[in-house]
Amino acid sequence: MKAIGKSVSRKDGIGKATGGAKYADDITFPGMIHGRTIRSTIPCGRVKSIKYDFDTTGFTICDYRDVPSKNIVDLIEKDQPFLVETEVKHMAEPIVLLAHEDKEKLHAAKVIIEYEEETPVFDPEKSTLSFKDIDIIKGDVAKALASADVIVEGTYRTGHQEHVYIETNGLIAVPEEGGYALYGSLQCPFYVIKALRCLMGSAHPNIRVIQTETGGGFGGKEEYPSMIAGHALMLAHKSGRPVKIIYDRVEDMIATTKRHPAIVKHRTGLKKDGTLVAMDIEVILDGGAYVTLTPTVLSRGCIHAAGPYRCDNVRIRGHGMFTNTPPNGAFRGFGAPQTEFAVEVHMERIAEQLKLDPVELRRKNALRAGDLTATGQTLREDTSALMVLDEAVRRTDFSRKRKEYKGTNRAIGLALFFHGAGFTGAGERNLKSKARIDLTETGVRIAVGSTEIGQGTRTMHAQIVTEALGIPYETVEVAQPDTSRVADSGPTVASRTCMVVGKILEECAEEMKEKLGGMSPADYFKKNGPLSIERMYEPPDWIIWDDKTYLGDAYATYGWGCDVIELELDPYTFEVKPIKMTAVQEFGRPIHPALARGQIEGGTAQGLGYALLENVVMRNGVMANAQLTNYVIPTTLDMPELDIVMMENPYPGGPFGAKGLGELPMDGPGPAVVNALRQLGCDVREIPATPEHIASCPKMNGSYA
Amino acid sequence: MSELDLRRASSVDEALTIMRDEGRTPIAGATDLYVAAQFGTLVPRKLLDIWKLKELRTIGTAADGQTLVIGALSTYTDLMQSAVVQDRLPMLVTAARLVGGVQIQNRGTIGGNIVNGSPAGDTLPVFAAADAVVVLRSLRGERRVPFNEFYAGYRKTVIKPDELLIAVETPSIDGIQAFRKVGTRAAQAISKIAMAAVRDPKRPRIAFGSLAATVVRVPKTEAALASGNSIDEAAAVLEAEINPIDDVRSTAVYRKRVAVNLLRWFWKETAPA
Repeated sequence: MKAIGKSVSRKDGIGKATGGAKYADDITFPGMIHGRTIRSTIPCGRVKSIKYDFDTTGFTICDYRDVPSKNIVDLIEKDQPFLVETEVKHMAEPIVLLAHEDKEKLHAAKVIIEYEEETPVFDPEKSTLSFKDIDIIKGDVAKALASADVIVEGTYRTGHQEHVYIETNGLIAVPEEGGYALYGSLQCPFYVIKALRCLMGSAHPNIRVIQTETGGGFGGKEEYPSMIAGHALMLAHKSGRPVKIIYDRVEDMIATTKRHPAIVKHRTGLKKDGTLVAMDIEVILDGGAYVTLTPTVLSRGCIHAAGPYRCDNVRIRGHGMFTNTPPNGAFRGFGAPQTEFAVEVHMERIAEQLKLDPVELRRKNALRAGDLTATGQTLREDTSALMVLDEAVRRTDFSRKRKEYKGTNRAIGLALFFHGAGFTGAGERNLKSKARIDLTETGVRIAVGSTEIGQGTRTMHAQIVTEALGIPYETVEVAQPDTSRVADSGPTVASRTCMVVGKILEECAEEMKEKLGGMSPADYFKKNGPLSIERMYEPPDWIIWDDKTYLGDAYATYGWGCDVIELELDPYTFEVKPIKMTAVQEFGRPIHPALARGQIEGGTAQGLGYALLENVVMRNGVMANAQLTNYVIPTTLDMPELDIVMMENPYPGGPFGAKGLGELPMDGPGPAVVNALRQLGCDVREIPATPEHIASCPKMNGSYA
Repeated sequence: MSELDLRRASSVDEALTIMRDEGRTPIAGATDLYVAAQFGTLVPRKLLDIWKLKELRTIGTAADGQTLVIGALSTYTDLMQSAVVQDRLPMLVTAARLVGGVQIQNRGTIGGNIVNGSPAGDTLPVFAAADAVVVLRSLRGERRVPFNEFYAGYRKTVIKPDELLIAVETPSIDGIQAFRKVGTRAAQAISKIAMAAVRDPKRPRIAFGSLAATVVRVPKTEAALASGNSIDEAAAVLEAEINPIDDVRSTAVYRKRVAVNLLRWFWKETAPA
């Protein structure tokens, strides 16, 4: 059956539409009790004493001494504890765990912790500890800058961003025959199992992690669920009972990860005609108090920092700095939205300074097939910067409107961007992801660790298998991710679930088709019994990457996008009203057009929130507006009319030509909005560009009205 | 959500008796109560549900034919749909339309908005600018308090524990009315600043929400406008007269700037032809 390119019904559609789908908080187990996390109320210091100021009868209480093996959330570095021993490094850091069957009693329990406070560091530029430094060198920047006609400099800033998945974090640990099962809302079951093995040690080998229906992730459930799973498991281990921990919105916002704030400094040399000759870029990320994923976020951020432009002399230095704030982590785009905001606003300032047409400046410098990126990667035929730029400019009548809106409170702005798909550099090769297809009595079952978090994983994977096997879509099942039953297909991150895992599934299906020899799966099963095909990912053999010099083929392929926004600025209140957003994006080929469009619409909304509304107010190292009333994301009324354009330029290494898509739409809205505001005389160099910030811009002094 | 002790009243007299004898806090739409309960900041645990008291849900004019009387349990939806409110107090219709979403508009009541006393309450600037009077009743009798004397501080009112807010009365208004809310986003937002204003030729009135601990009128600015000063002069007076707050939603600097801009907007939009 043909399934690719068709908007087939979602595998999870009926369950979610009818309310039948079970999320973590919908699930109970006999004898289950509830867990609660007692957190630090200082950003930096030491725990002096802990007093349990309540009747502890019936409570299970854990502190760090209850850790069975190692008090380490095992990720890139082994620096973050499940529970504070003495040293507190950030606000809302877990210190003690309580569990009780009665939620009222649990929440009434008072734990008094005395601290010895120390002076915290909140400013990443004042921090003296760097988790990771990167230095990418191409050509000779100093020499090229010396010979440039013009040098343009600028510093750009982006703030924290909270994921606001609809379902807050939640995990349940359940003692079972010979071990433990963990059920929860998460993106990466095999990350969780790795962390739990480290926590429990070799004495407890039988642990499995099962992903329950998950109400959104956006990267926010990449690493933090390992922490919560560890807490639930410690309480279950001590009490012998199932333990559920569900965060409420406030706890989820103050304690779990956010997008890294960034400071990006540009020094750019150009010829008079706008040709880039040198780009000197420094990227500083606020990593928070533990390493977590900062090195890899910094890595992707730096690789995208020069934007989709060609330049022979590039230096990109990156620093992921320690601060006494809750660790920042994965968030859709993973460092690229920060650095692409900077480079695109910088390009607009260059056009302004050199009195060049902003489209022509980009067209002149945009990466083409055969060009070398900042890391020295030679781009292939699936390079579409010019294609998306030209289409966006054409269909929005950009140049005419730009002139027409001069002197009004309406403006039009654009941003050109790209996004590498899959893990960086040798990441996919090292990951050795696997995928499996099992024959069933009625068809086949996909058995992968990739998670459905609303983006359509199950449906899209089933389409790929359907098409490759040539069987009805309805006969393809998708197994619930359970680490004891599915293949480790790697984490559900980095826009890799379609392009990488989908590719392995396509190959599994092709191999299975050959084995079936023309029989239907059901007939083959009846005759020969079970059959499973498992394969490992083979990245393209031309990928060469040097992790020491940061040179080589950073990504197997890139998605390309150009966003054009029209907006109005209220002259009295400085509120920005987005009127129309045209998002032209090339990501190989859409497997499921409706879902792909949904990714672009949702990513664009999230990007507009990042650009205009989403302001994490930090006070004393913790989010002060940790409620949906005061941390606002766009509603439908905040959204402009959307013109979504999906262009095709197939990537031969992806399933049916598909590239990664999930993160790409996040990169464009921030700079597009700010570049439009520049047309109104607002010299904005940071986001969110709140009305308060716009009002404070130099040219906005006095009443605009 | 913790355990609550809830009773329900079937008449105003019964409600007043229960309030006197048991010291219960009246609740109606419960839209603020649920938020407080969820955040663990709900203090009163003994509650009295008055949602069903139909006699408090009427909207009409008083015997003088002039005064608009809005029953305390009128919801935002009721206000939007009421012909007499649309006719006499259109700025209240505008304000009601900007409160929360449809669900909140169907449950939230005018009495609740007033007694809850949040400085960001969207209808409060309207009543302040309208020189409204609140009607308070207890078994001891009924009294009328000017709306602009109703608040004693941040979320503090002059209402006594045994008193129930029955209605809010608004005298007839001369001149064009205006309401403008600046929220944190286009809908479902809490005000960063809100303004209600009346261009009464003799006595222009301006009220702001979310600027201070309570809704405020700006008498010096009003006087400047009434005496025929230019809008630039009035704007300068306003700038000196207000001292806005800084909070997680906005800044004092922004609030001051926008308050002045809103005054200018109002004056321009309502200028005689």
